[in-house]
Amino acid sequence: MSAHTNRNVRTFIIDVFRWNLRGGIGFQLFRLLLLGCMAMGIYAYSFQARFGLSVTGMNDIISWGFYISNFTFLVGVAAAAVMLILPAYVFHDPNFHRVVIIGEGVAVGALVMCLSFIVVDLGGPLQAWHLIPGIGIFNFPSSILAWDVLVLNGYLLLNALVPAYILYSHYMGRKANEKLYRPFVFLSIFWAFSIHMVTAFLYQGLPARPFWNNPLLGPRFLASAFAAGPALIALILAVIHNFTSYKIDRSVFNKLRLIIVISAIINLLMLFSEIFKEFYFPTHHSSAAVYLFFGMDGHDSLVPWIWTSVCVNLAATLVLAFNPGKNNPKVLLPACVFLFVAIWMEKGIGLIVPGLIPSPLGEIVDYLPTWVELTVTLGIFALGITVVSWLIRAALIIEERYEH
Amino acid sequence: MSLQDNEKEMEKDKENKNTNEILADALADKSSRRSFIKNLSIGAAAASATLVTGCVPGADAAVSGEMRLRWQEFFKKNYRLMTEEEKEQTVSRLERLAALKDGLELQIGSEPPLPKVLYGYAFNITRCEGFMECVTACIKENNLDRKTHTQYIRIFEMEPGQLDPSTGDGKYFHEVPVENKFYMGTQCFHCENAPCTKACPTKATWREPDGIVVVDYDWCIGCRYCQAACPYFGRRFNWGKAEIPKEEITTKQHYLGNRLRPMGKMEKCTFCIQRTRKGRLPACVEACPTGSRVFGNLLDPDSEIRYVLKHKKVFRMKEELGTEPKFWYFID
Repeated sequence: MSAHTNRNVRTFIIDVFRWNLRGGIGFQLFRLLLLGCMAMGIYAYSFQARFGLSVTGMNDIISWGFYISNFTFLVGVAAAAVMLILPAYVFHDPNFHRVVIIGEGVAVGALVMCLSFIVVDLGGPLQAWHLIPGIGIFNFPSSILAWDVLVLNGYLLLNALVPAYILYSHYMGRKANEKLYRPFVFLSIFWAFSIHMVTAFLYQGLPARPFWNNPLLGPRFLASAFAAGPALIALILAVIHNFTSYKIDRSVFNKLRLIIVISAIINLLMLFSEIFKEFYFPTHHSSAAVYLFFGMDGHDSLVPWIWTSVCVNLAATLVLAFNPGKNNPKVLLPACVFLFVAIWMEKGIGLIVPGLIPSPLGEIVDYLPTWVELTVTLGIFALGITVVSWLIRAALIIEERYEH
Repeated sequence: MSLQDNEKEMEKDKENKNTNEILADALADKSSRRSFIKNLSIGAAAASATLVTGCVPGADAAVSGEMRLRWQEFFKKNYRLMTEEEKEQTVSRLERLAALKDGLELQIGSEPPLPKVLYGYAFNITRCEGFMECVTACIKENNLDRKTHTQYIRIFEMEPGQLDPSTGDGKYFHEVPVENKFYMGTQCFHCENAPCTKACPTKATWREPDGIVVVDYDWCIGCRYCQAACPYFGRRFNWGKAEIPKEEITTKQHYLGNRLRPMGKMEKCTFCIQRTRKGRLPACVEACPTGSRVFGNLLDPDSEIRYVLKHKKVFRMKEELGTEPKFWYFID
């Protein structure tokens, strides 16, 4: 190890790359696999660049599909970092302080994926500069999409720069000046709520789509995010605990379980409230929900999808709530996987696609993503995992050295 | 023409740019941040500039001329921010590009809204017999994609006792009119309080002073938020490259109207802006054999549309949304 005096920003960056390029054969294979997935994604996107979005399953009726579904879900994952930041910085929980950096890494990865999903969904990605204030036109504050661009990029900056500063200080062998970064941490707490509320408002603000035009959408986004996000973080922490020398205290998992359970129950409560409203006295505005849960005019491609999601969600929530294994990770971790997948199913495709069906003129078509959409999505997920693993690997090495 | 090709050709264009042209470009527009960026990239291009084009006529010159036009088109402003001169420049660039690329002789206009005009439209549900002549005329006039059968106008066959097109049959294919059925047409309703223009993140769609809601196809980024926001299914997206037989292309065009749309952009009914701003009727109104379609100036007290609004029983679709459409249905 070099002496602290020889360290600077340049060696910081070089070391981050060095640590990430080194590793055992399994680690290299993992990196290779991710690289392969990204290459496949780029290959699939080349079709979209040539033939336009006509190579996707979308059409004038279902004008948003798999990309926007994943985008919406991942905004929630990004926002969930706040569930580690809040206990760490507000309640000064020392165990959470050790893992907060991992949550922030996950947030950065999720945001990179969100922005990528938006870019691949654009019909004119080369015109994206029209959004940049100054050289383009930003329809602010009228367009909620303009708000979303603002809050997502702001959150990305906050979640990248604060940890970067702390890590750099630790890399240099000194304590990070808490007075300096604390205001930004608090800002990021408010910002986390705002990214998910604004993303909900994107849909909630459209009277043309009664399925989305529902005041519960925003709060429900938060509840599902604070269940799915911490579930993912718990899984990542388990991987880190098992495969690295960075050990994570059991109490962190127990507290995460509590956060997940409370959020998942609130989420289910709101889901029940929505279902009640749609089906107790079905109106013209309930047709999207009818299509989603029971199918309509012989179109029922989402019916098995949503019922699987609801059942898995319910089962996973019950397991996490009643905790039959008494905090046994062999019970809790699969429950986290199932809960995460169930919420992904429901808040992705299960929210975006039925919002567009039936069309405002009553037409019903089914949506099925094409191989291009699936492969591009796989590529973006691989990109996100790569970003998260690079950030966390560097962060853990720096933190471990600093602790010793 | 795919986006990738477009980009590649612009790259090539940069390299091929004649030094004289670069200087002329740099001198021509001094202001605006956008042209600053443009000049930056031209400055970069100047280093590798070759003397291929300019005074040497021939195929090479034509090709690099095309690329130059593309480059200028790529960095142009939103239509609403253009001066009259800039509007004429982009229109002539588009005409030259169409001539160079596809051998098309187009006349693209940039006519401004006529003074003291606010367009309105009325649809007679008693008279319409569902012939769909309007649909055919619209497809032809507005250069709509034949491959995906894009239609701005939809005609719904309605059961008696219903007034909401979503309960009707929009896909009928049989002899019309059918006994005891009536027909309702839909299209963009040109709302005064349009949810689509509010949603657009780049102000690529807006309502003109004469009431027409238009899209700047070249400014649109293709996010499709406006399509999600429209409660009337009034917008169409160019999912792929539009296919129109060359001999069927309507050559009298408008920048905001029926000009050929690039891939990945939103489009919609413009009340045939290329016709109506010259005092003509929209193609659908002209084509209707039953006289069910009424179009005119709402500010003119003697117009037919004003007569309909005053003397007939009229209603609008989804009035409860408060979008204030400029499109009324009426009963004889």
